[in-house]
Amino acid sequence: MNGVHDMGGMHGMGPIEYERNKPVFHATWEGRVFALNVAMGAWRRWNIDASRHGIERIPPADYLRMSYYEKWFTRLLLLLRESGLVTAAEIQSGLADSGGPKTTPPLTVDRVADTLGKGGPTSRDVPVKPLFEVGQPVRARNLNPAGHTRLPRYVRGKRGAIDRDHGVYVFPDTNAHFLGEKPQHVYSVRFPARELWGESASPRDAVYLDLWDDYLEPA
Amino acid sequence: MIHIGSRTGTMTPMGQHDHDHDGQDVPSDLALRVKALESLLVEKGLVDPAALDALIDTYEHKVGPRNGARVVARAWVDRDYKQRLLADATNAIAELGYGGRQGEHMVVVENTPQVHNLIVCTLCSCYPWTVLGLPPVWYKSAPYRSRAVIDPRGVLREFGLDLPQDVEVRVWDSTAELRYLVLPERPAGTGQMTEDQLAQLVNRDAMVGVAKVGVPA
Repeated sequence: MNGVHDMGGMHGMGPIEYERNKPVFHATWEGRVFALNVAMGAWRRWNIDASRHGIERIPPADYLRMSYYEKWFTRLLLLLRESGLVTAAEIQSGLADSGGPKTTPPLTVDRVADTLGKGGPTSRDVPVKPLFEVGQPVRARNLNPAGHTRLPRYVRGKRGAIDRDHGVYVFPDTNAHFLGEKPQHVYSVRFPARELWGESASPRDAVYLDLWDDYLEPA
Repeated sequence: MIHIGSRTGTMTPMGQHDHDHDGQDVPSDLALRVKALESLLVEKGLVDPAALDALIDTYEHKVGPRNGARVVARAWVDRDYKQRLLADATNAIAELGYGGRQGEHMVVVENTPQVHNLIVCTLCSCYPWTVLGLPPVWYKSAPYRSRAVIDPRGVLREFGLDLPQDVEVRVWDSTAELRYLVLPERPAGTGQMTEDQLAQLVNRDAMVGVAKVGVPA
């Protein structure tokens, strides 16, 4: 979706506010929101792409105003409701609906280290042929899907070259909408800065993006 | 009873008042709503509160940029390790015991006198948790995400790093599940230092590419 989250190349966002020696979480609630997102993710009712799309669906004015973990909280409420893990009435009242079954969490304290250590690899060991080879000139397709995509606006229609083939990965545009993993090759694609930003950019510099087969066409 | 969702019925939370008129901290509306959500999820048996404590403790105390610094220092003192790191970062980093969530697929890019690398995620906040921990606020902020790709040299100047025009700047936008770590240049005058001492020199910013590793005083 052409949302405000797709920020690469935008102007007017102000100076970078660097903080020295700040804690990982600035307040207790930030840590709880972080941990609740991870712990509820263990139910596997959504995936990482759906989870990112949850943040992208926050209305743009709210997205820009909210702090990072406020967005995570808003996203969690959205996914809890949509997945049916929590009802609208429960969010309204803060109380569990009567008669609901008491369940056992998938992520118990004894499983935390192992779960984090394993992570959630999104590479897939399936035989999918690459459509492009290293060194090949390519163009990022001019795609404007209303749903989730990892093809930023600033690169659409631009020419680059395949720098390396990372192998086969889950495709976010379908996975985010529970339409299948559609595994395909992901490449690091090198775009000269001048191709992206014009003659005022440095002739030496380049931006590399990791792009799936479906985002690319021969150039 | 507290309404966990925003009271306006949209996704917009209410404005918060973090301080009362005596200057004493009072819980913000958001903090109360987070607490209410946690209570609800615990009551329903959906989360284990002790698991939440363990998750927070992991990223506050166990996983952070010291991990990445150890990887960098090893690469500086061990030529074979550096080759493995640049060829297959995920497995080379696993040799030091680091791996897992948001580090499943790692790529290490090397700074040289001719090439400077900078990491960003323009679309969200992708960051190599296993070696750097959770990202700082500035990395996730609109100013950094918007400008790192269009004006990397300006961003670097803001961090105090003014690169000569003949240095090539490579910006890596983390658009997929590959997570990037910059291997900074080893500073001159560190030939006698041990691997542990070298690791002490390396900080998070250098491994994101917004700084160089300083020469020890």
